[in-house]
Amino acid sequence: MSLARRIIPCLDTDGARVVKGVHFEGLRDAGDPVELAARYNAEGADELVVLDIAAARDNRPTFLDTIRRVAEELAIPLTAGGGIRSLEAARAVVRAGADKITVNTAAVERPELLSELSAEFGAQAVVLAIDAKREAGGWQVRIRGGREATSLNAKEWAQRGVELGAGEILLTSVDRDGTQSGFDTELTAAISNGVSVPVIASGGAKLPAHFLEVFTRGAANAALAASIFHDQVQSIRALKEFLRGNGVEVRLPC
Amino acid sequence: MNVTLIDYGAGNVPSVERALRRLGANVETTNLPEKLARARCLVLPGVGHCAALIGALDARSLRQPLIEAIGRGAAFLGICLGLQALYESSEEAPDLRGLGLLPGRVTRLPENVKLPHMGWNTLKTIRATRLLDSVPFGAYFYFAHSFAAPAEGKERAAVSEHGREFIAVIEQENICAVQFHPEKSGEAGAQVLRNFLRAAA
Repeated sequence: MSLARRIIPCLDTDGARVVKGVHFEGLRDAGDPVELAARYNAEGADELVVLDIAAARDNRPTFLDTIRRVAEELAIPLTAGGGIRSLEAARAVVRAGADKITVNTAAVERPELLSELSAEFGAQAVVLAIDAKREAGGWQVRIRGGREATSLNAKEWAQRGVELGAGEILLTSVDRDGTQSGFDTELTAAISNGVSVPVIASGGAKLPAHFLEVFTRGAANAALAASIFHDQVQSIRALKEFLRGNGVEVRLPC
Repeated sequence: MNVTLIDYGAGNVPSVERALRRLGANVETTNLPEKLARARCLVLPGVGHCAALIGALDARSLRQPLIEAIGRGAAFLGICLGLQALYESSEEAPDLRGLGLLPGRVTRLPENVKLPHMGWNTLKTIRATRLLDSVPFGAYFYFAHSFAAPAEGKERAAVSEHGREFIAVIEQENICAVQFHPEKSGEAGAQVLRNFLRAAA
């Protein structure tokens, strides 16, 4: 018995449709969230993340309806986020069917949000998303979809986030995101070895070897990707078979 | 099959309800003591902090009717915190009394592994049960918790391990409980729920 490493497809949505872009910019349509959710559920995804990347501009009811319809399709855990700034907004997302809530910019601006969410839903439901960009001597936390710099060091922020109540870290390399040149394993290892909670690596995935590397050298507990799954560049089952063949414990559905 | 799903405000109530409905159960979601008193098949879900569950059961006067329903033989399934609540106490909320239907104490998993124990893990079956009937050997189930039941006890049907062994499946007369989330555990989880509904019928 031991805990399997998780493969997590991510649906970046504009509230209603799945979209994608490089370095958080130049968005284009990538499909229907409900159809993709059903496909990933059947293909053996271990979890699903659905983000509203246009939360600041668009209305929430659309996104809540998307969560509701996606949750209907799933027999695996669902994490939702994007623009959650209050306990009330988180409650709406959980009521719509999310098992976990992910927060990013709002937690940087008001760290107590993590404690409030953790007190209400439990640490296992609170995912702190960190967008990290390489700088001299470490990684800097970026906010607002990676566009804005902060004075926070990513490793210190991760540790503080866990103290405040986060039960998991969703770590995205801003440098690698959208490049398909592989995860930043150095970043992932630095954060994963520095916190007591699981870390989900994100940003840069393309090849099965990238996943193997982030699970071994990167010490990641889970790995997240979007477009390679949406575009069927990589099947989840083939990826998991590759990982198992290379000694990584993964869940292969029956 | 009529199922009474105890809704004390836990986050996973809607997904448990959805999973039971998919299997054809007629689910009534309630937090009223009189409904528990009449129930023949009860499901207690739960996720988060155990003080929230125990506190809500007491605040809504659900403790006694629940214990009495189980005592008179109603089929019971506890999920996650719904398993932990069966014990006498929990390290997570030392000042609160558990339901005390099983002896022992729920304790925190060791610090030498990442917590919460979050993700898909397998089981080691200790004895044959109705709950795990037709579940393939080596099947994975979804866990999300930092506290866990003891490793031993006569209620033990299967264990899992994360830092230490803990009881992951309980089947003792009409008391069934699982530490994992069957409603989030794909087809293997659905099979466990199906088995429970069949045994309860």
